[in-house]
Amino acid sequence: MRITRTVTGRSRRAAVLATTGLTASALLLTGCSSDSDQSGSTGPDANGNITLTVADFGQFGYKEAGLFAKYHELHPNITVKENVTADEQVYYPKFLQQLNTGSGLADIQGIEVGRVKELVDTKADAFADLAGVIDAGQWVNWKALQATTDDGKVIGAGTDIGPMSLCYRRDLFEQAGLPADREEVAAKVAGGWDDYLKLGEEYRKKAPKGTFYMDSASAMYNSVVSSNEEQYYAKDGKAIYKDSAGVKAGWNLAAEAAAKDLTAGLAQFQDPWKAALRKGTVATVACPAWMAAQIATYAGDEFKGKWDIARTPGETAANWGGSFLAVPAKGKNVEEAQKLVKWLTAPEQQAAVFKAVGVFPSNKGAYELPEVKSAKLAYFNNAPIGEIYAAEAQVIPAAVLGPKDGIIKDSISTQINNMEQRGTAPDDAWKAATEAIDKVIG
Amino acid sequence: MATSIPARGAPGSKPGRRVPKPMSPGRQAWRSRLWRFDDKASPYAYIAPFFLVFGAFGLYPLLYTGWIALHRVEMISLDRMEWVGWENFSRILQDPEFWTAVGNTFVIGVISTVPQLLVALGLAHLLNYKLRASTFWRTVILTPYATSVASAALVFALVFRADGGLLNWALDFIGLGDTNWANGHWSSKSAISVIVIWRWTGYNALIYLAAMQAVPSDLYEAASLDGASRWQQFRNVTIPALRPTILFTIVISTIGSMQLFGEPLLLEGGTIGAQGGNEHQYETLSVYLYNYGWKLGHLGPAAAVAWAMLALLLLIAAINWLVGRSVRKTSA
Repeated sequence: MRITRTVTGRSRRAAVLATTGLTASALLLTGCSSDSDQSGSTGPDANGNITLTVADFGQFGYKEAGLFAKYHELHPNITVKENVTADEQVYYPKFLQQLNTGSGLADIQGIEVGRVKELVDTKADAFADLAGVIDAGQWVNWKALQATTDDGKVIGAGTDIGPMSLCYRRDLFEQAGLPADREEVAAKVAGGWDDYLKLGEEYRKKAPKGTFYMDSASAMYNSVVSSNEEQYYAKDGKAIYKDSAGVKAGWNLAAEAAAKDLTAGLAQFQDPWKAALRKGTVATVACPAWMAAQIATYAGDEFKGKWDIARTPGETAANWGGSFLAVPAKGKNVEEAQKLVKWLTAPEQQAAVFKAVGVFPSNKGAYELPEVKSAKLAYFNNAPIGEIYAAEAQVIPAAVLGPKDGIIKDSISTQINNMEQRGTAPDDAWKAATEAIDKVIG
Repeated sequence: MATSIPARGAPGSKPGRRVPKPMSPGRQAWRSRLWRFDDKASPYAYIAPFFLVFGAFGLYPLLYTGWIALHRVEMISLDRMEWVGWENFSRILQDPEFWTAVGNTFVIGVISTVPQLLVALGLAHLLNYKLRASTFWRTVILTPYATSVASAALVFALVFRADGGLLNWALDFIGLGDTNWANGHWSSKSAISVIVIWRWTGYNALIYLAAMQAVPSDLYEAASLDGASRWQQFRNVTIPALRPTILFTIVISTIGSMQLFGEPLLLEGGTIGAQGGNEHQYETLSVYLYNYGWKLGHLGPAAAVAWAMLALLLLIAAINWLVGRSVRKTSA
């Protein structure tokens, strides 16, 4: 288990498909970007039929929930074509290029939360204002704020969010003499991430052979930082990651986990990580809403019912990941595209996507719908995920975003991985991280 | 080769051309002026497409890259350029990561080029014997070259994987323990050079083979009459005759290793691949450029890296030329 890699920072989308990302980069290298020809926005044809194009990345879940087909049924003159790039890190540079040149843009474009601030700051003009189309008040307030400019322009409608929880293996906890009940586990870690590490030490004492307490310290780091209002940037836009309390706390916890050998040091979504889930050697995973589906997929039927979900450590709620749908101003069907965005991000549709692929709605209206409210995950011992996540989502603080959040997170994650994997001293690792980050910001 | 083509100035001198019919003097003057124009201009017209294409896709990007290198340009706003002069260059020259990348590129270049060319020479020598189904073998050694970098790198990434990789499985089986190939400084570089060697050896072998077949066979006959063994023939006849070809392959391989990109990018893939390993242990100059431009979005320094790479190549070419000249002098 020595492969080093860190994707934890960016988002689930970049991360989820890290392996597919391999293929994507491969395609990029051989120059077959198979989709660039069909992605551009085109006006209505002679019969008034419109093809709306949606460019996104990873798994937005619309196709899986059958929403594009349904929209076509409701509006027979409109066909929706989705153009998915597996890896967000391949998607975004191309998207920027298209924004710069104004050509090849789809009618609707996905934006990852790690990028949204950069676009809000520098490219707001390139997007149609959604303020008059959607009712931003329907969204959890911090989500809506992320895509709103200072003068009130809304460049994107929130799709999903990643409220945190803690996924753990009941059977391994029992074998290690720990409580397996989700309330009891939540109580054990109620004091925060320090408690989580203490529980880890307890686990390690009687841990089943070959298992690790957590999959990756950088995932824990992400959760810790995410629960802070101030993360990498101050409100005035200054990068403050070097003095940020959240970053420091997360870093120290990660260093401690590495030093105490509580972590398997796996880079999430890479093959070795998937293999560890498959073999069942990981006892806990810091669990944004979308992570549950990943675990179920990779761990497989063998562990069905052996996983469970407890409330995330500590009192403060946290969000990790999530995306937006935006309408480029230069598209040929701006109005129709806005209508589709409104429809796709409405409570019913978000609930349908949640049901299909497990990404959690950002539209509060969806929390009252039965698909969400009474959602239970059989795989996770029937954990009431709808309840857990909805409770969490509404108290998440409105975090200050910065233009380079994603890359800063990645640089730090890389060094956390070095601490876990190579035993790099925390001071050296921190120095390397800050050097890398200064290069990013500079 | 070019000596047997007849001069074109004399119409009718070429065999097979029709003798022009007599015509009026005015018309004849016009014709001959047209002839002369055609003679002078058409070669340029014939080669023009290449130069137009080269100008659009080679020269212009080259110069524009130089222009960008002197500006502050961000991926997010390509339209905003701010003059910064040499700042980008001084920035990358002061970046330890740049020098790591230079070192890595050099080391990987050497440990892939040298064995590759030696093996290629040996293979070519073997293929030069009278073999059964020689075409088949020649095709076989060229097959790796026909695969794409990406697929080769992806397959080798599986071979070199730390956990459950083919190589580690084999090493484990014979009791040698396992290595985390991508994680180590030397092991990762070796892994990459293995991919390069695998892909390019056959290509170079074919070039050598072609050159070997141009060596007059009486040289070998004379040598064997003098009692030279196969090995002595190889050393004293083949190698000297191949010297220009070897020089050519060295130049090509040097350029190739300077551009090494796909293999390091895909060895681990994702974010880690894009920065050449967690500790940049196998980051080459191209990967460094890619990371600066496409991941960090700072196009100015990325362009500066591109020009620095060009400068390095020119430097290597100059050294090559100097060495070549002194070798020729001493052997003369």
